[in-house]
Amino acid sequence: MTPVVLANDEGDRMTGRRAVEKSTTPNPASGSTKRAPQGRGTRRTTGLKDEPEFIQLLTPTGERIDHPDYPLELSPEEARSLYRDMVLVRRVDAEGTALQRQGELGLWASLLGQEAAQIGSGRAMRPDDFAFPTYREHGVAWCKGVPPVNLLGMFRGVNNGGWDPNENNFNLYTIVIGSQALHAVGYAMGVQRDGGDSAVIAYFGDGASSQGDVLESFVFGASYNAPVVFFCQNNQWAISEPTSRQFRVPLYQRAAGFGFPGVRVDGNDVLACLAVTRAALEHARSGQGPMLIEAFTYRMGAHTTSDDPTRYRSSDEVESWRAKDPIVRLKAYLDREALADETFYKTVDDEADELAAQIRSGCLALPDPDPLSMFEHSYAAPHAQVAEERAFLADYLAGFAEEEH
Amino acid sequence: MTAGSAATKPQQTTYREAMREAMREALRADERVFLMGEDVGRYGGCFGVSLGLLEEFGPERIRDTPLSESAFVGAGIGAAVAGMRPIVEIMTVNFSLLALDQILNNAATLLHMSGGQLAVPLVIRMTTGAGRQVAAQHSHSLEGWYAHIPGIRVLAPATVADARTVLAAALADPDPVLIFEHGSLYNLSGDPDPGADPVDLGRAAIRRPGTDATIVTFGGCLPKALEAAEELARLDVSAEVIDLRSLRPLDDAAIMSSVARTHHAVVVDEAWRTGSLAAEISARITEQVFYELDAPVERVCSAEVPIPYARQLEEAALPQTADIVAAVQKAVS
Repeated sequence: MTPVVLANDEGDRMTGRRAVEKSTTPNPASGSTKRAPQGRGTRRTTGLKDEPEFIQLLTPTGERIDHPDYPLELSPEEARSLYRDMVLVRRVDAEGTALQRQGELGLWASLLGQEAAQIGSGRAMRPDDFAFPTYREHGVAWCKGVPPVNLLGMFRGVNNGGWDPNENNFNLYTIVIGSQALHAVGYAMGVQRDGGDSAVIAYFGDGASSQGDVLESFVFGASYNAPVVFFCQNNQWAISEPTSRQFRVPLYQRAAGFGFPGVRVDGNDVLACLAVTRAALEHARSGQGPMLIEAFTYRMGAHTTSDDPTRYRSSDEVESWRAKDPIVRLKAYLDREALADETFYKTVDDEADELAAQIRSGCLALPDPDPLSMFEHSYAAPHAQVAEERAFLADYLAGFAEEEH
Repeated sequence: MTAGSAATKPQQTTYREAMREAMREALRADERVFLMGEDVGRYGGCFGVSLGLLEEFGPERIRDTPLSESAFVGAGIGAAVAGMRPIVEIMTVNFSLLALDQILNNAATLLHMSGGQLAVPLVIRMTTGAGRQVAAQHSHSLEGWYAHIPGIRVLAPATVADARTVLAAALADPDPVLIFEHGSLYNLSGDPDPGADPVDLGRAAIRRPGTDATIVTFGGCLPKALEAAEELARLDVSAEVIDLRSLRPLDDAAIMSSVARTHHAVVVDEAWRTGSLAAEISARITEQVFYELDAPVERVCSAEVPIPYARQLEEAALPQTADIVAAVQKAVS
């Protein structure tokens, strides 16, 4: 690894990416070691306005560029469907935020700005590939076929486990930061024993990359050569803490120290996210072990609806990322190549309106939980102590029923 | 002391502000003191307790850390051993589980394992408790677990005045001290002047005198216990409310002398009943003043389930004022 020495920038946030980004990333396709694939912007970065080095197949203005290591054949239909997915999940997300603001959800964790990272990686999966999400992967859930309204039960507080993880090969949301990376490795070790060629993706964020669980999952994934892809959406902020507080070399370079390849992809470029994740999944399913993908993106909204990001970041920064919007970018490509017309965009917008209405009515129709339901899932089997407390509360509630008559 | 100017009327502040003022005072008074944790600097803490401290004391002393509880608690131990007086903020007690090895196997035992050479004057502050609809993984009340551990002190300030004075007492202690701040208390308003009753490590406080029953409680349950006592007064039951303030050590003398007067004891603890601090207190009462009791000790605790997220379920799972009233009535009936 290239040793990277940075100036002391205590309190000087985004300059941590001043790192010399010279990578020894092996090419996942060939297994050979070569210089990291380069997209646009190979210059060194010193601040927010500079592009970091990453794999890019679509520039912010919608220009398609090729990359030798990550070729992508894309039919016009596929390009349109990626656009549709991103527009629809953005609408799902906007509805989640709105429902929280109107008091219908207790909390919502917005994916705004991360649509390309989620749809690109989500669409790269085969149905039999298993994803372990954080609590923000609404776009991946969409790709795996989880109905959006099923995501809302937990945020509304009326149920837990709003979907069957095995039906869609999409695990339930994990709230505890970074825990799921270990679960994903364990699952991948099981896949390995079963002898299939499915792969597993562990999603996590830049903040979680400091947690022991995530780093220990790297150790295990590498040690057992598990078919797992570590997919970090580096959205630049862990609540109020910038990435310079979590790492002083680009995150993807950590992989080398654990013994597997790491790549950084433009997380706002859905085509690059798709191609790179496909390659990483292929790497995993062909028995070559884990790969780390750092999707370099930005959380346009708050950490959750409980957060106020204006307390810690500038509107200039947010605006600079708005110019890299993943949906605008893909639309620019579709227009540039004349792959879509107004009728198509109108159809997608109408579909988004309809989906939003469904989510809203579906959310409001979720049944309130029965008070006694709190005793249902402490244990899988009957349990004397729980039964006793349940009976006590049932008696207590029955008392009110008698009073009414 | 700086608070000496004899004020004519009591000033009002919040529990949050009182804790912040205590940190400010400690940071000004002793350059060995620094604050470290997630989001404590620029954000001012996830519960707003350290708001403004970064601006006043700078990033050397108000340190935002990477998201690694084990690392920042461990680093706090290292700094304390080396002579600093760190205040480590863990965002919530739930996250402290990631630092449990550092707290139990290191902070609590280093003095012993070093033959008395390595004292750990570390203060760890953390938010605890349920009642804010943040679901089963963010609603724990694990003070009782920590109170089980020899080698650390465990404090639970429940009033604005205690929030104002607890930190100085904790920092003056040569051993690791854990301070539990119940999330429901931050907006509590009150007089920060401790008057004649500053926090004395290891001593409980009688928050309301009474003659018929003793309610023993602490932290987030204190306001509910006081409400219950008020309601009981209307029912002609005089309940004494004891605020433990210190969970390790427990102030046995305060509890026993009260029970010896009232002859009835109700312990209120937001933790789960099994193996709880409430169990420990009940055991001590039966050990020490069994023959003073006119009725069995009552306990009011949380339902033994993961704390639900939905408001009505959460309320049903937690000790409520009505539950305390009912328990006291049962004890004195």
